[in-house]
Amino acid sequence: MGSLIEAPQPQNVGEQGFLTTKLQHLVNWGRKNSLWPMPLGLSCCAIEMMAMVGPRYDLARFGAEAMRFTPRQCDLMIVAGTLTWKMARAARTVYDQMPEPKWVIAMGVCSSSGGMYKNYSVVQGIDSILPVDIYVPGCPPRPDAVIDAVMKIQKKIEQDRSLKFGS
Amino acid sequence: MRTSPEDLRAQVASLAETFSDWEGVSLQAGIDMPQLTVAKENLVPVMQALRDGKFRFAHCSMITAVDHMPEEPRFEVVYGLYSPSCNQWLRVKTHCQEFEEEVPSVTGIWSGANWLERECFDMFGIRFQGHPDLRRLLMPEGYEHFPLRKEFPRDGIEPGRLYRQWDEGRRREGAEEESAS
Repeated sequence: MGSLIEAPQPQNVGEQGFLTTKLQHLVNWGRKNSLWPMPLGLSCCAIEMMAMVGPRYDLARFGAEAMRFTPRQCDLMIVAGTLTWKMARAARTVYDQMPEPKWVIAMGVCSSSGGMYKNYSVVQGIDSILPVDIYVPGCPPRPDAVIDAVMKIQKKIEQDRSLKFGS
Repeated sequence: MRTSPEDLRAQVASLAETFSDWEGVSLQAGIDMPQLTVAKENLVPVMQALRDGKFRFAHCSMITAVDHMPEEPRFEVVYGLYSPSCNQWLRVKTHCQEFEEEVPSVTGIWSGANWLERECFDMFGIRFQGHPDLRRLLMPEGYEHFPLRKEFPRDGIEPGRLYRQWDEGRRREGAEEESAS
């Protein structure tokens, strides 16, 4: 019965209980599995974003369910909906307040390109004011499409080589 | 609720009694509601009489404008009034020329007209004389154009430097990167 009390030994990490990896890989692994999204819900896309976090699609499976409404705690900005010129300044401020490293998803055609709103009030693609990592097409996109975008962000984080040492 | 033609005629007749003494005020039956055309100098006293008179138009429901370019006078400002006690609608119109674009404000009569006039100013550039706080309502501060004027392009104009100062640093960086590569 002693085995219930003793912690089970990891099988493939050597007898001493340690493993070797690169620090960059460890940091990337941590970052990609604990994304904290900033939900910038501007119109109907926000409903799909809520569905994505809800139990049916469950973004928590990818470690990105901790939506925070203060940009200081976020590293993934999801621009969900129509960005007007009047809102553009606020969106830019939110982005500037997020700590590095940070990523941006343009969710839906409105934020990707202006969509059907080719007029005076709507920003024709948020990439004219923000650097965008992933564009999600759809009006609005299905929650699975946005989950796919989050997974692509995770792949992007995996390949990150930006840590610097010894300087 | 649509009124029958007989109702409309009766309403217009009773309204006409109120305005029989006024000069420069004309009343038409209109398609859906009675319609009053007023010179802008008479606008405020006429509106005051409409609110306090027999019909009690207590609610200023909407204010908008029509751009008749290249006709003169260019702009037609349209007010939609409603009287809850009589269940009666009335449309009031007045005109203003291009380049003077000033119409007396009715915020002293209906304080709810404040934002309606701001929207009208935002979209057409019509200035309302005596308005307490005539700023843009829907478009960002510093936008140089009036989007619902006829000469404004359909696809819109991006806000210029006056609004996009917050963005300037980033745009300068982008330009430097482009020139470096």
